[in-house]
Amino acid sequence: MALLRSDLPLGGDGSARFLPWIIGCMVYLAALALAATMGAGRVADHWRSDLSGTFSIQIPPIAASTAAERDQLLHDIVDAITKMPEVASVHLVDDAEKQKLLEPWLGAGGLPEDVRLPDLVVVKLRSDAPSGLAAVRTRVAALAPEFTIEDHARWQGDMMAFTQSIELLASIIIGLIAAAAVTTVIFVTKTGLSIHRRVIEIVHLVGAYDSYIAKQFLLHAMRLGFIGGIAGAGLAGLTLIGLDRVLGTGQTSLLPALALDLDQWLTLAVVPIAVSIVAMITAHLTVLYVLGRDL
Amino acid sequence: MSRLKRKNHGFAPPAQAAGRCKLPCVILRPQRFSRDAQTLVLFENVGVRYGAGPEIIHGATFTLAPGSFHFLVGPSGAGKSSLLRLMYMTLRPSSGRVNLFGRDLDSLHRREIPLLRRRIGVVFQDFRLLSNLTALDNVALPLRIAGVRESQVRQHVTELLQWVGLADHVSAYPATLSGGQQQRVAIARAVIARPSLLLADEPTGNVDDSIGVRLMYLFEELNKMGTTVVIATHNERLVSKFEHRQLRVESATVRLVTRPEAA
Repeated sequence: MALLRSDLPLGGDGSARFLPWIIGCMVYLAALALAATMGAGRVADHWRSDLSGTFSIQIPPIAASTAAERDQLLHDIVDAITKMPEVASVHLVDDAEKQKLLEPWLGAGGLPEDVRLPDLVVVKLRSDAPSGLAAVRTRVAALAPEFTIEDHARWQGDMMAFTQSIELLASIIIGLIAAAAVTTVIFVTKTGLSIHRRVIEIVHLVGAYDSYIAKQFLLHAMRLGFIGGIAGAGLAGLTLIGLDRVLGTGQTSLLPALALDLDQWLTLAVVPIAVSIVAMITAHLTVLYVLGRDL
Repeated sequence: MSRLKRKNHGFAPPAQAAGRCKLPCVILRPQRFSRDAQTLVLFENVGVRYGAGPEIIHGATFTLAPGSFHFLVGPSGAGKSSLLRLMYMTLRPSSGRVNLFGRDLDSLHRREIPLLRRRIGVVFQDFRLLSNLTALDNVALPLRIAGVRESQVRQHVTELLQWVGLADHVSAYPATLSGGQQQRVAIARAVIARPSLLLADEPTGNVDDSIGVRLMYLFEELNKMGTTVVIATHNERLVSKFEHRQLRVESATVRLVTRPEAA
C-alpha cells in the first residue's frame, strides 16, 4: 500500500490521460507484428520440416522404350533405393497421382494418353544421413543416366528468404513501435515534471531524493502502460482469433493453420508486461535525468 | 514538553490541551554538528546575484548559533527570501561562503543535499501544501520520505496535528481549510521531523494579526525545545512585540542587530 502511494497528483494529469490509448494502439500493432513474426517462423518450419530430406527423382520417358522396360526400370530403381541404409522411405508416384497433381493446371481431363509424363519417385532420407542424396544420385545414375533430381533447394531458398523478410520487417516494425512508445513516455514524463514542478520543489525541500520522485513517476507510468498494454494485447488476441477463423474456413494447403501455440500466446501475453517495464524504466530515467540538471 | 501542555496559545481545544498531547519525538538522524558546535549557520561575505544582474546581497557575514531565534527583517524585495533560499539550499551564493551544519554549500554534492534538508523545516507565506493530500498526509510527507514506519507516522502526525489544534481536520484537504489552519498544517509539516533549523518566510503574511501572534508563540515554543528559528518578515509590529535578535537586510547588506531596535 505504502509502495503504491503517490504524493504527486499524477493521476490528474491531462498529459498522461492519452498515454494508455497510445500505448494500447502500439501494443496492438506490436502484438500483430509479433504474431506475424511467429506465424512466418511457423510457416517456414512447416515447409522446412515437410521438405527437409525429401527429394524427387524424375525419370524421363526416353529412359525406356516400352512399357514393360519402363516398369522394370522403375522397379529396379525403387528396389535399389529402398535397400540403401540412408533412405527412410520411397514412394513411386503412379499415373493417377500425377494426373491429380496436374489437375489445377490442365483440368479434370488431364493429358491425352499418348503424351507420356516423366516418372516420379519421391525419396525421403533418414535424418541422420546427410550425405544420402549423393549416394542415391550415384545409385540411380547407374540404372538410368537420364534421370534428374529435384531436391527443392531453390524453392526452399526462395521461401526461406521470403519468410525471413517478413520476420525482419516485423522486427523493424516492433522496434519502431518500441521507440515511439519510449518517446511518448519521455514526453509525458517531461510534461508531468513541468506541470508538477512546484510540488516537486516542495517534496525536494522536505528531503526527498530524486529517486523518491522518480519512483512515483515510475509507478504511474507502469500503471498506465499496463492498462494500455492489456487493452492492446487483448484486442490483438481477438483480431488473431478472428483472422484464424476467417482463414481457417479456406482450403489452402500452402499455409499451415494460423492458430498460435500456447507458447506463442504466452509470448503475446508478455507484451503488455514488457511495455509496462519499458515505460517504468523510461519514466524513471527521464525523471533522474531532468531533475539531475537542477540545483 | 510540559510547557506545551500548559501553553498551547489557543490552538488546541481545552480538552486536548489538558490531555497528554505532546510534540512527537521522531528524529530521523542523529543530530550531528560540526566540531564548532556554536555555529549552525555561517555566512561569510556572501553575495547573491540572479543571472547576469547586479548583486542583490553582497558581503553578508553572520552566524546563527544552535537554539537561537532571529527575525530576518527588511523591506519587501530586499533579499530576505534569497537569504532563506541559501539556507534551504535552492540557491547557491554568487560569492562568499555558506556553511550549514558544518558543511560548505560549495563542496556539497547534489546527493548530499536531501539529508541536510531533512534537518531543516521550511514554512512559506503561501503554505505550499500539496492540494491532493489531506492534512495528515501533508504533515506525514517528511517522515514518509525519510522512510519512517507507517504506524509511527500516523501516531506522530496525529499527535502533532492535535498539538496545533487541528485534531478535527486530520482528513481535510487544504482547500477546505482556512488560511490560519493551512498555515498550521504547514508549520506541522515543517517541524514533524524535529528539524535543527526552522526557516519561515513571511509565515504571518496571509493570516490576521491575532493568528499571527499565536503562530509566533508556536515558533517560540519550538525554539525553546532547541530548534534554531529564522523568521523572515517585514511586519515591524510583530518584530517589536517579540524580543529576538534581528538580521536586517538593507541596501543589499545584512546587519545583525543583537538588541531589538525601538520601533
